[in-house]
Amino acid sequence: MNDVVIDAQGLTKLYNGARAVDDVSFTVGRGEIFGLLGPNGAGKTTTILMLLGLTEISAGAARVLGHDPVREPLAVKRRVGYLPDSVGFYDYLSARDNLRYTARLIGFSEAEREARIADALNKVDLAEVAGKAVGTYSRGMRQRLGLAEILMKNVAIAILDEPTSGLDPQATLELLDMIRGLKRDGVSVLLSSHLLDRVQSVCDRVALFQDGRIALIGSVAELGRQVLGGGFAVEVEAEGQGLAECLAQVPGVRSVESTGPDRVRLLADRDVRPDAAAAVVAAGGRLRRLSVEDPSLEAIYTRYFHDHGARHAA
Amino acid sequence: MRREGSPWRGVGAVFLKELSDHLTGARMFVLEWLVVLTAVAAVYVSIQQIKNTSAEDPFLFLRLFTQAGEQVPLSFATLLSFLVPLVSIGLGFDLVNSEHSRRTLSRILSQPIYRDALLFGKFLAALTAIAISLLALWLLLIGLGLFTLGLPPSGEEIARALVMLVVTIFYAGVWLALAMLFSTIFRSPATAALVALGLWLFFTILWPIFSPWMADIFGSRDIASAEDLLGVLSVRQGFARVSPSALFSEIVSVVLDPSVRSTQQPMLAALGLALIERGAIPGAPLPFLQSVLLVWGQIVGLIAATILLFVGGYVVFQRQEVRA
Repeated sequence: MNDVVIDAQGLTKLYNGARAVDDVSFTVGRGEIFGLLGPNGAGKTTTILMLLGLTEISAGAARVLGHDPVREPLAVKRRVGYLPDSVGFYDYLSARDNLRYTARLIGFSEAEREARIADALNKVDLAEVAGKAVGTYSRGMRQRLGLAEILMKNVAIAILDEPTSGLDPQATLELLDMIRGLKRDGVSVLLSSHLLDRVQSVCDRVALFQDGRIALIGSVAELGRQVLGGGFAVEVEAEGQGLAECLAQVPGVRSVESTGPDRVRLLADRDVRPDAAAAVVAAGGRLRRLSVEDPSLEAIYTRYFHDHGARHAA
Repeated sequence: MRREGSPWRGVGAVFLKELSDHLTGARMFVLEWLVVLTAVAAVYVSIQQIKNTSAEDPFLFLRLFTQAGEQVPLSFATLLSFLVPLVSIGLGFDLVNSEHSRRTLSRILSQPIYRDALLFGKFLAALTAIAISLLALWLLLIGLGLFTLGLPPSGEEIARALVMLVVTIFYAGVWLALAMLFSTIFRSPATAALVALGLWLFFTILWPIFSPWMADIFGSRDIASAEDLLGVLSVRQGFARVSPSALFSEIVSVVLDPSVRSTQQPMLAALGLALIERGAIPGAPLPFLQSVLLVWGQIVGLIAATILLFVGGYVVFQRQEVRA
């Protein structure tokens, strides 16, 4: 077996003639965390459902762990864990009973079942409340229970649809930590989200969805170079007259953009901070702040959709 | 290319989970008690009636099921034809759409099972839950009859009563499959329940009123001979049989009463006529197997309707998108 666990080629999904997903191709490697990003309705969930064999593929082909999800859905679903968007459980059953039901569906033997359930609940810190009805759980706890189900299943791929949406910051951090834990265990993770800053911190590579197509694909750094025009973006905050002109003279600076009172943004080929500082001081300005921006997904995303005039489906 | 793996994988797990949900749920509890209390009341009334009429009847025990009281003109069999659909709809109207509204469907279907397993398991579990309570009710009535009438049922009476029990379970199956079909079509459980209940009211109350009238539009209205009359009656019967309740009533009236030699007999009796077959002794009881053969078509009809409705729900469910 090679190192590609998910291979999507030209995936297309038609709903009543409308293209919900249009010619989407990507691969996910073993142990990689791959992010599907984009506004709601861009086709992320549909893509995921096609990979799981839960919805028909109109055109194109997918291989998951070497299996065709259309023809061999059981082989795919046996090794893939799925955490749906706003996951639901049987509220009147306890967390443990919910997992027992899933374990029976998976087909674990009874002894294996209890051991796996206990282990998974421990890993997501739900062991103490496992006997309570899930109806009493908070959203974060449900999300963790969904993750416990995946852990219990002993999967090769975990597919998480909007895992952090609706969670408070603390719960989000915990969940992202658990996702990193999956990667440490050698599990490949495919996750979809419209929350960019959170995704950025865990994803090795991302695909940016727009209207059912993949607009951009690559690591965050690569996308930054592609979209933000590469190089460095330096934020300068300083008081003084005609500073923008002075800064434009600094070698390596390609453009100067005013972003507010006494604030400018430089796009440069290299890290121009020492030269920019010198230039400000030489012009008699009072330097307050000088910082270089890492390319953030937020910036890439905003810039990209701004440049391409995309409308955000709500 | 065949799809890999068995569609039965996971049926057992779904069946056990659903059955335990039904048996522990409040809804089943309420429906069961509704049926048990009304049934016991109906049987109590019929027992009083049986005790008063001390005419000789070789199948006295079966009267328990069919005898209607004077004040309460409702026999146990009629009551079942009325209440069993209610129980079936009560258990079936949210079987599939509740998985949507709880958002559990995509999680369950991402486990290594086919959709078939979920649907089969749910149907079998609900039908089993109904069968268990019908069996309990049946035993309760037999016991009540033993106590109050003080005479044991004959083997044939038990056989006939057993056929009725089995037919009642099939009858429940028709309505369960119908309720499940609606629970698959309609995303809102309230809509599914309303449509199913509407159909139930239509078939049990409105259809018996309208179907003879509609039949007479199609059938000939000039009645010159007995054959003409029987012809009109059979067209009416054909129309009435669209309703599963009519099929059920026909089966029960024939199986539980050995003196009934034709499914048209009750209709003729209503007109003040009697059916006398050439060579037959009037009022002589029909052998057990002959009674069953007489309504074999109706029994098969009930089973076929169940299968058809289930297949309808199956097709809709297979084509349905998982996401809301």
